[in-house]
Amino acid sequence: MDNPVNIIIDGKNYQVEQGRNLVEAAKENGIYIPTLCHFHNQKHALGTCRICTVNVNGKFTTACSTKAYEGMQIEINTPELTNTRKALIEMLYAEGNHFCPSCEKSGNCDLQNLGYDMGISISRFPHVFGDKLVDFNPKRLMMESNRCILCQRCVEEIKTKDGKNVFSFAHRGVKTVVKIDYEQEEKLTEAEAIRAMNTCPVGAILVKGMVQELPFGDRKYDLRGNNKTVKIRRKVNTSKDRKFIVATTSLAGCFGCHMSLLDIDTDIIDLIEIVEFNKSPLTDIKNFSKQCDIGLIEGGCANSENIHVLKEFRKKCDILIGFGECAIMGGIPAMRNFVPLKECLEEAYIHGVTSEIGANTIPNHEDIPKLLNNVYPCNEIVKIDYFIPGCPPNANHIWKAVKNILMGEEFSIAHEEFKYD
Amino acid sequence: MTNKSTSTNRTQLMNVLWDIQKKRRYISGDDITKIAKEFNMSRMELEGVVSFYHFFHRSDVGKYTVYLNNSIISRLNNYKEVKEAFQNEVGVKFGNVTGDKLFGLFKTSCIGLSDQETAALINYRPFTNLTPIRVKEIITQLKNGASIDEICDTPKDNIHYTPKESKTVFFKKYTPFTSLKKLAEFSPDEIIELVKKSKLSGRGGAFFPTGLKWQLCKQNKSDQKYIICNADEGEPGTFKDRVLMNKLPGLLLEGMIMAGYAVGATKGIVYLRAEYFYLKEKLERTIEDFNVKGWLGKNIDAKIPFDFEIDIHMGAGAYVCGEETALINSMEGKRGEPSTKEFFPVEKGFLGKPTTVNNVETLCAVPRILEMGLEKYLKIGTEATPGTKLLSVSGDCKKPGIYEIEWGMKLKDFLILIEAENPHFILFNGFAGECLSSADFDREISGENLLAEHIQFELNDPIQYARKMSAVGLRSGGSFMVFNKDRDLIQILKNISDFFVAESCGVCVPCRTGNFLLNKKIYKIMLCHADANDLVEINEWSNIIKQSSRCGLGKTSTNCLLTAMLKFPEEFNKYLLAESDFNHSFDINKATEEYNTIINEIESTYG
Repeated sequence: MDNPVNIIIDGKNYQVEQGRNLVEAAKENGIYIPTLCHFHNQKHALGTCRICTVNVNGKFTTACSTKAYEGMQIEINTPELTNTRKALIEMLYAEGNHFCPSCEKSGNCDLQNLGYDMGISISRFPHVFGDKLVDFNPKRLMMESNRCILCQRCVEEIKTKDGKNVFSFAHRGVKTVVKIDYEQEEKLTEAEAIRAMNTCPVGAILVKGMVQELPFGDRKYDLRGNNKTVKIRRKVNTSKDRKFIVATTSLAGCFGCHMSLLDIDTDIIDLIEIVEFNKSPLTDIKNFSKQCDIGLIEGGCANSENIHVLKEFRKKCDILIGFGECAIMGGIPAMRNFVPLKECLEEAYIHGVTSEIGANTIPNHEDIPKLLNNVYPCNEIVKIDYFIPGCPPNANHIWKAVKNILMGEEFSIAHEEFKYD
Repeated sequence: MTNKSTSTNRTQLMNVLWDIQKKRRYISGDDITKIAKEFNMSRMELEGVVSFYHFFHRSDVGKYTVYLNNSIISRLNNYKEVKEAFQNEVGVKFGNVTGDKLFGLFKTSCIGLSDQETAALINYRPFTNLTPIRVKEIITQLKNGASIDEICDTPKDNIHYTPKESKTVFFKKYTPFTSLKKLAEFSPDEIIELVKKSKLSGRGGAFFPTGLKWQLCKQNKSDQKYIICNADEGEPGTFKDRVLMNKLPGLLLEGMIMAGYAVGATKGIVYLRAEYFYLKEKLERTIEDFNVKGWLGKNIDAKIPFDFEIDIHMGAGAYVCGEETALINSMEGKRGEPSTKEFFPVEKGFLGKPTTVNNVETLCAVPRILEMGLEKYLKIGTEATPGTKLLSVSGDCKKPGIYEIEWGMKLKDFLILIEAENPHFILFNGFAGECLSSADFDREISGENLLAEHIQFELNDPIQYARKMSAVGLRSGGSFMVFNKDRDLIQILKNISDFFVAESCGVCVPCRTGNFLLNKKIYKIMLCHADANDLVEINEWSNIIKQSSRCGLGKTSTNCLLTAMLKFPEEFNKYLLAESDFNHSFDINKATEEYNTIINEIESTYG
């Protein structure tokens, strides 16, 4: 060590070489700072992935772009920083379309490693669902943009012999992508192409037709699933001397969820001991005769009557449960949201093969409900307290949810109950 | 890394691209091949540069290209009507070009005309105070072959206030060469000493001490140094540099010459944002005039004679290029991505040489300080921030425009000065600044008693905030947008978020994707689909973006959102789902409107 300097990492004193890159300096002292875009012997820090975010003398910065100097105080493993780094990895997962089981680099991927290392089983961020391309056009390589984390390693490292870029960033903001220049890519030798693949910390750059020698990772999370405990947010007024009152309806749905409701077979006899039905297609009661504990809603809202019924349910039921995909996100009826309403109506009543020739009218009357411009999921109209997904949801699953909500008990949903494949 | 000889060449890349864009209205595939070869780069690298700047296009943008400002101040005015008028007159929606390639309609971020909105650029010429009638007129005139230069507007300077003559720094009588000739009395070191004593700091909004920057640049030995004037005034709501360059271009040049003299640079470059193309000719004429008079060029008169020349470099539409390292990358013909700050520009800047990057206002202040003398200058303003500050005022007030105020003015007095109408919230220092409420009205506009930023953002209780911040000064790069009680804060925050999504350079994940996800969250609030938990998440995500982003754009992108959430919880709460079982944003009449029209239409078509 030519010029030793004293630094403090998480309260402990260390001696490192002056000007040493902080990631390396920490590593030499047995302290691990996670990195993605950083690699050995690089001339310039890239500072793109931000995973090595640390706190130096009260300021947040990246370790990869910081050099050691006398007296610097560094925080690495505080709860706040650990959370930030985890969030960044989760954000990369939310941004790309990462399907580890089918990825050639699975088990040999820095992003996947960090995911396991940080104990990530789900991303806190919703998916971006960006429009990403897979480019097979280059001669030797293929570029799988769904997996690209835009670390810039390939852009900086992989050049042709005459110094031209093979990979480049294009566009900006959330649309930024890495693109391959076909002409320059052709000039790469086999060895250079393999180097390009190995430079990529994820599975975005692949050499066509190459078989991976390293085995896939040990994917423990895939096997176990993650059992989730449902918290009871709204409680039912439980008094022993009366039955619980349930109402159900099908809005813009196919009644499939109601069919599934009946699939508990003889268990329905036990159920009827504690539950009484009010307004429901099962009882054919058209109007609410009393306040209900639980309302089960199938289907989304396609017309003004659906809205009316839904609002009525909200008023008359203490707890509303949306069950089935249509209630949750519009489902099949919502497919019409991509077609103008006028075209839908004309297709159905005027140009359609089943329409009467010369009819030329669309049924309309003040008593007929009006179609809405779009099909809406129920939670866009009223507050929905619980959602039970599935198409249709499993009968046992529905009643288990209803029973536990009625009893005010927390319950956990097994992974298998949500698997529909 | 590209080697030195080619990168010198690269500095011309933007000019070449601009020539083609202006001449042929787009950069074709053949152009890309040709230019890539000329500049010895791969085609895809060039594509990367072209696609970074939003004024460069890969398909024909029409003989007349309209860029309508879609930022918030424009929206407070008649943006919607003007937008519809353009669409109706031209016959295509925004984002498209007419079939005959005559008109192309595009939206753009703030174009520095916030005091005369709604404004647009047509072929980079300004059109201000637009109305649907005026739009109709313009389009008809253009269809009839009128020239843009003849029908475009000349933006007004709108300088509404200056302190009394003896206390005014910028907008008073300017006689060229008055301060330049004082260089005969000062050596470079003495100039730096003077600037240091004047406590002048970066007026673009970062407030880095100018004298120190110059000293650091001077200390770095090099055969070549550069002075760059940052005229990429992109912060929404700011237009003071536009007015300075329009009214006092000579003052700016004098400031640059002095900076060059002080740090030992022989070359100055003005990085002018493309939105200000119409100011280019005036600047060029002034440079030419200075050259003729011998104030620029070889052997300029001074205590130690020196050489200095000035060029103009045009930007191409990227807010992030106002960040100095991004600006330098852009000048080098690269994508305007900020660097990692491994080196500061004063160490390794433009083409790897020591470079000083200063804002227009900062540079203009230097000759004035020389002219009026340090002693007199220090008597103006406050202890920490002597002198005056230019503020660009827009929004709900009677007199939008430029205000040169003495540092130290109370915010409430300033609101009276601009004749603000029921001020409810203020966006101070632009979209990257903060949201101010009546709790801040007693604070003064100055650099006194500043708190470290992280302390300010740790305050999470409004009462605690008011107590702690009451004596803390407010500094702004120049943007001052005021909104009254009837304006919807959430809509404004959505506009801010849209801006950052569009302007993020895309290099680091927190800014690139974090801002995109926050944007979705704000939209969720707007649709009344959010609950209290969403607000907690917004807060957490904003802080993550703030902590981990690579440059100032990302670090400040959530400031307005965070301060607004602290100061105006009621504005958020009224949108929250948890407050009610029913979603009030759903309107059954609106939802069945389409059906009603269709039924009517069909009955008249077939019936």
